[in-house]
Amino acid sequence: MATPTWNNPVIKWIDDRLPIFTFVQHSAVDYPTPKNLNYWWNFGSLAGVILVIMIATGIFLSFNYTAHVDMAFDSVERIMRDVNYGWMFRYIHMNGGSMFFLIIYIHIFRGMYYGSYKAPRELLWIIGVFIFLAMMATAFVGYVLPWGQMSFWGATVITNLFSVIPFVGNDIVTWLWGGFSVDNPTLNRFFSLHYLLPFIIFALVFLHLWALHTHKSNNPLGIEVKGDQDELPFHPYYTIKDLFGLGVFMIFFMGVVFFAPNLFGEPENYLPANPMVTPAAIVPEWYFLPYYAILRATPDNFVDAWGILPVIIDAKTSGVILMFASILLLCLLPWLDRSKVRSAKFRPIYKQLYWIFLADCLVLGWIGANPPEGMMLLIGRIATFWYFFHLLILVPFVPNWEKTKELPESISAAVTANGEGLKETSS
Amino acid sequence: MADSAVTSENGQDGEETRRDFLLISTVSVGAVGVALAAWPFIDLMNPSKDVLALASTELDLSGIEEGQAITAIWRGKPIFIRRRTANEVDAAKNVKLAELKDPQSDADRVQKPEWLVLIGICTHLGCIPVGNKSGQAKGEFGGWFCPCHGSHYDTSGRIRKGPAPRNFEIPPYKFLSDTTLFIG
Repeated sequence: MATPTWNNPVIKWIDDRLPIFTFVQHSAVDYPTPKNLNYWWNFGSLAGVILVIMIATGIFLSFNYTAHVDMAFDSVERIMRDVNYGWMFRYIHMNGGSMFFLIIYIHIFRGMYYGSYKAPRELLWIIGVFIFLAMMATAFVGYVLPWGQMSFWGATVITNLFSVIPFVGNDIVTWLWGGFSVDNPTLNRFFSLHYLLPFIIFALVFLHLWALHTHKSNNPLGIEVKGDQDELPFHPYYTIKDLFGLGVFMIFFMGVVFFAPNLFGEPENYLPANPMVTPAAIVPEWYFLPYYAILRATPDNFVDAWGILPVIIDAKTSGVILMFASILLLCLLPWLDRSKVRSAKFRPIYKQLYWIFLADCLVLGWIGANPPEGMMLLIGRIATFWYFFHLLILVPFVPNWEKTKELPESISAAVTANGEGLKETSS
Repeated sequence: MADSAVTSENGQDGEETRRDFLLISTVSVGAVGVALAAWPFIDLMNPSKDVLALASTELDLSGIEEGQAITAIWRGKPIFIRRRTANEVDAAKNVKLAELKDPQSDADRVQKPEWLVLIGICTHLGCIPVGNKSGQAKGEFGGWFCPCHGSHYDTSGRIRKGPAPRNFEIPPYKFLSDTTLFIG
């Protein structure tokens, strides 16, 4: 890739001192991209766009928001009724959170299907998991800000999870709260963190892209790019594809914002927070439901049903451990999956397990929305078991006996009678 | 410069050199400095003095009939104060400790058998159980019931059934007179 030459004297002057135009040319214009990327590869750039939308609308919402327990709820209602376009900013921001998670979940499952986490992209994947964790933290503290009933009780339940840490758990919870219950100090710091964390996400996204651009995108065949004939410059081929996808996505997103803005919301959160009354059912936002199901799946003493361990691990502790493990385990996925073949297209067994795993996550989400009783509890336990069984047993051991299909010679060869023909015309 | 080059060569024999000493002491002082500087950041997030100043509550109990309960607020938390009936006291006393998930006798949980004072927060995930107002479900053991995840507490505020790991906590309190309760 040749260093571009700049004709415009101003651009040339700047680029000599700070090669920002060269950087953009290399990483967004000439950037060589596998030519067989399908629409599932749109979701990375979509996530970037929604992050910018969230930061932009969030900054403008903060101009009118008051982080005080006596005023927070009313300030949000004022944004909805009195502030010019306040209702639109809030609905975009509120539903944008759901959209962000929807996009990221598709992005994660795309990576799982096509083996995008495998060498040499392990760190790219792990940074992605950290972005996901930072998103969860941001969404959680953000949901507390309107100071409705679900805000307050969600904050109470989730901060209480830290009380399971041995010895210092309760002190840590008091420290997180800045008091003896979720109260004004908690709201203030959550607001501050909600403003801070997106910029940390932004920095992580930068690292994510840096790692991505080091080894370039994976592709639906999961095989290495063999040369120029397998690639296209990012611009205009993928800028236009990403833009088209963005258009389709925005129709859906704006459809929700303007026609069903409370689709993902919880009516209970339109009641002001009342520290003396717990709602009949505390339900998190949809994107946390699978984890909520795992949290509530374990019985008392489930790790140690035979009483061998010196300590009793109660349902709460084991639930919290499993919930955090369910996410952190994803960091190990590049090493848990020992198959050299990346794409599920060539892995007949893994492909089926993948769809079962996806279904399992959806089942967990459905369980998370229901009280953990009777059949729901049983299904939740089975689904939780399967989640870990898939990641810890099936993913590592299936490659031992799975017979993978033959990989194509190259990306070009997969679509031409002999990949050579294309190579000749392109060179 | 020449001197330091010589000493560092001497250091390769396994001798500790002046340079090693300077390096180790600089790093140590730096590490202690970072730790000391970190503490104010950590402690700033702990409860402030005004929050701590509101940490006690005084209550008049004279209006509470036997069998009634009130909910007071202490440190932003609900405090359940129940004037127990003789039956409720007996029920709490007659439970075998072996049956309890978090074994504790009723006598260890009250100062006066008649008055049960509890922090009304479910020890599972911090919801506020129902049962303190008349007409609310009191759970299978006549105490309180947490609707969040189904924990049942008895008339001593002990966990009897459900996912909560521990009994209701008891706040620090004393009776200033027969009808005045001081919490904190």
